[in-house]
Amino acid sequence: MSEETKYEGHFAVEGGNFRNAGQVSSRIKNILKDLGCDNDIVRRAAIVTYEAEINIVSYARKGLIHLNAKPDRVRIEISDEGPGIADIELAMQEGYSTASPIVREMGFGAGMGLANMKRFSDNFNITSKVNEGTRVVMQIDQVR
Amino acid sequence: MTLREVKEILDADIIVGEDQLDKEVHTAFSADLMSDVLAFATAGSLLLTGVTNPQVVRTSEILDIAAIIMVRGKRPSQETAQLAQELRIPILSTRYILFETSGRLHARGIVGCIVKVGDRSDVRRDKV
Repeated sequence: MSEETKYEGHFAVEGGNFRNAGQVSSRIKNILKDLGCDNDIVRRAAIVTYEAEINIVSYARKGLIHLNAKPDRVRIEISDEGPGIADIELAMQEGYSTASPIVREMGFGAGMGLANMKRFSDNFNITSKVNEGTRVVMQIDQVR
Repeated sequence: MTLREVKEILDADIIVGEDQLDKEVHTAFSADLMSDVLAFATAGSLLLTGVTNPQVVRTSEILDIAAIIMVRGKRPSQETAQLAQELRIPILSTRYILFETSGRLHARGIVGCIVKVGDRSDVRRDKV
């Protein structure tokens, strides 16, 4: 191939739309497969994107998932407009959650989302401003 | 083991995927918490769960789960069944409780998709 295979795109996620939660992650998974990413990279990218998508739907007004991928390196940037996180260290702790009953009914909201996002990323960065929103950047580039 | 054998062992109803009963499965994961499913379940495994909403199908799609077994007599909502149909993920429903469902499959040779969490036996069976 004369040009390097890569993909760049944005996907909007609507806060509170539980019906479609996960749709963007499915699409991203298929894009990465088509791009020829290693199975383990596809799997982990799909998992972290899905947890992020669930978080946007559960807590934010709206969010944007930005995907920048090459076969050996996937970068996912999540930015949302919402309540933000006051204490990131606390929010990162497994088991800490402020989820509503509807989120828990879906099988989420047990305080595992951010921990899973960190666990499955090779590089994980989170910043947040209360009453503005949260930004998470994850990179997956090592086959485990 | 095929899904057809799984259906027989669990005296289960096929809700979605009547045409996929020849699919082979060797491993399984049991949980109601989707974040734990995401953390530990592996591709090609059965997912044994009491969760019936569409997120169980989405989670299964993300992980390439072979089939969903709904336990304790649970049945998928119409929306869940429709999504599973679209994504071609079989759903079986059994009246056995989660413990019995897991035990009956394990006794017949289906093993956990990982053995144990957090030590050297934390091994993904699909990589062994």
